[in-house]
Amino acid sequence: MDIFLQQIINGLVQGSIYALVALGYTMVYGIMGLINFAHGEVVMIGTLVTITVAGTLIKAGMPVALAALAGLTVSVLSCMALGWSLERIAYRPLRNAPRLTPLITAIGMSIVLQNLAMIVWGRNYMTFPPLLPKINFEFAGAHFTLIQVIIVLISGATMAGLLFLIYRTKLGMAMRATSQNPAVASLMGVNINRVIAAAFVIGSALGAVAGVMVGTYYEIAHYQMGFMLGLKAFTAAVLGGIGNLAGAMLGGVLLGIIEALGAGYIGDLTGGFLGSHYQDIFAFIVLIVVLMFKPSGLFGEKTGDRA
Amino acid sequence: MLEVTGLHVAYGGIQAVRSITFHVNEGEMVALIGANGAGKTSTLKAVSRVINAVGGDVHFCGEKISHIAPHDVIRKGIALVPEGRGVFPRLSVAENLRMGAFVRDDKAAIEQDLLGVFEYFPRLKEREAQLAGTLSGGEQQMLAIGRALMSRPKMLLLDEPSMGLAPIMVQKIFEVIRKVAADGMTILLIEQNAKLALESSQRAYVMESGEITLNGDSARLLDDPKVRAAYLGE
Repeated sequence: MDIFLQQIINGLVQGSIYALVALGYTMVYGIMGLINFAHGEVVMIGTLVTITVAGTLIKAGMPVALAALAGLTVSVLSCMALGWSLERIAYRPLRNAPRLTPLITAIGMSIVLQNLAMIVWGRNYMTFPPLLPKINFEFAGAHFTLIQVIIVLISGATMAGLLFLIYRTKLGMAMRATSQNPAVASLMGVNINRVIAAAFVIGSALGAVAGVMVGTYYEIAHYQMGFMLGLKAFTAAVLGGIGNLAGAMLGGVLLGIIEALGAGYIGDLTGGFLGSHYQDIFAFIVLIVVLMFKPSGLFGEKTGDRA
Repeated sequence: MLEVTGLHVAYGGIQAVRSITFHVNEGEMVALIGANGAGKTSTLKAVSRVINAVGGDVHFCGEKISHIAPHDVIRKGIALVPEGRGVFPRLSVAENLRMGAFVRDDKAAIEQDLLGVFEYFPRLKEREAQLAGTLSGGEQQMLAIGRALMSRPKMLLLDEPSMGLAPIMVQKIFEVIRKVAADGMTILLIEQNAKLALESSQRAYVMESGEITLNGDSARLLDDPKVRAAYLGE
């Protein structure tokens, strides 16, 4: 029972990070039907920028809390700029190209960003500066840290903010209208280019927040970290129904919990043959099962002509 | 108010509209009628900048609008009700109407106009919170017209408002269109249902294979033997 509760807590933390990243995939897909495979790399750059900014400031003697805030701010702003540039440079010229073209471009951009990061930050694992004090809590035999609590709170607040933006503001209404019928939205006076750019910028900001949380949680970062994280967040978005915001959130949390429970019990289940380092297989089992039996995901609409 | 001169539209090598010229005066309802494929919708799409014309000029209120961005057309005061209605299926009726007012910032007046639309279409008031995708075809057409009115346009472009609707619903829709026109709105109406269009409008242009072949007072066209033979099935 201890293990069960413990793994639920761990899964919730990991899952809320997946959810934030998954929202970036699902927003862009919802508006233009594109899987932006470079999104994981945006998250990675968010993490590495934070290391540089917060790390340097702390070394220069700035209080940790301030440095953390500065790191987060710079990281969010850089990722927003990066998301905007990606759309402007890589995807907008391909707006009317066959569907496969922007998809391949996305994979290409992902490789480009990884290599750029490798050039800037090097090949080695980097230590993420400790931005939060290590405080432990215990509840019903399960242990958790202040960092975990803050990750869940921040991602919850960020997602609430996003829902407010999408469902309660004019920009959000324009984004929903554009995702349903871009030609008519344009007739209503919506500048489609701006709405698409906004989806990229907002998704990248969420990715940056996720990137800072991943760094704080694992205390380590690397130029290739965005690949697996991005793939899992993509899985979460597919699980929830790609294009659907609530789906991405639920999908992220579910995937985190499935993974954590899988990692917690895989040793017992296989008689010790497979250990918890095999936890990655659960995400991909989920992806395969969803694609085989319910490709539209938990909340997805049955449109199907978007690839 | 609307001056179209030498408008030419082509899709690849196919000439959809061959250098047509027509105008709509302020306060008028003008119909553009013709068979399927005559180029009516292409004309409307070119005027509202949904597609690019190959040649020709469009002036609205004396200003040239044939080169502005599509999303700026509504800011000039032209609202298009597209063919097939084009409501946002997963927005509520109220949200669809508010999308119509997207270019406006005067919140109080928008709420006022919302009530005005509900006055034209009481059915929409009953369905206010419903998703537009769940409405019947006729209700969606009401919504599309109401949404266009929400921008407070100087001119309304209607593309086949009767398409795919039951006769009783067509009657209802046209009742409101006439009411809107009577309230002073300038309207360019495109219709395959020539009788209905000619009965509702003051003037009309007849399109055939991308060209305007006849024009004049609607009442006179309604009695024209050529029109009667070709479009009224007599």
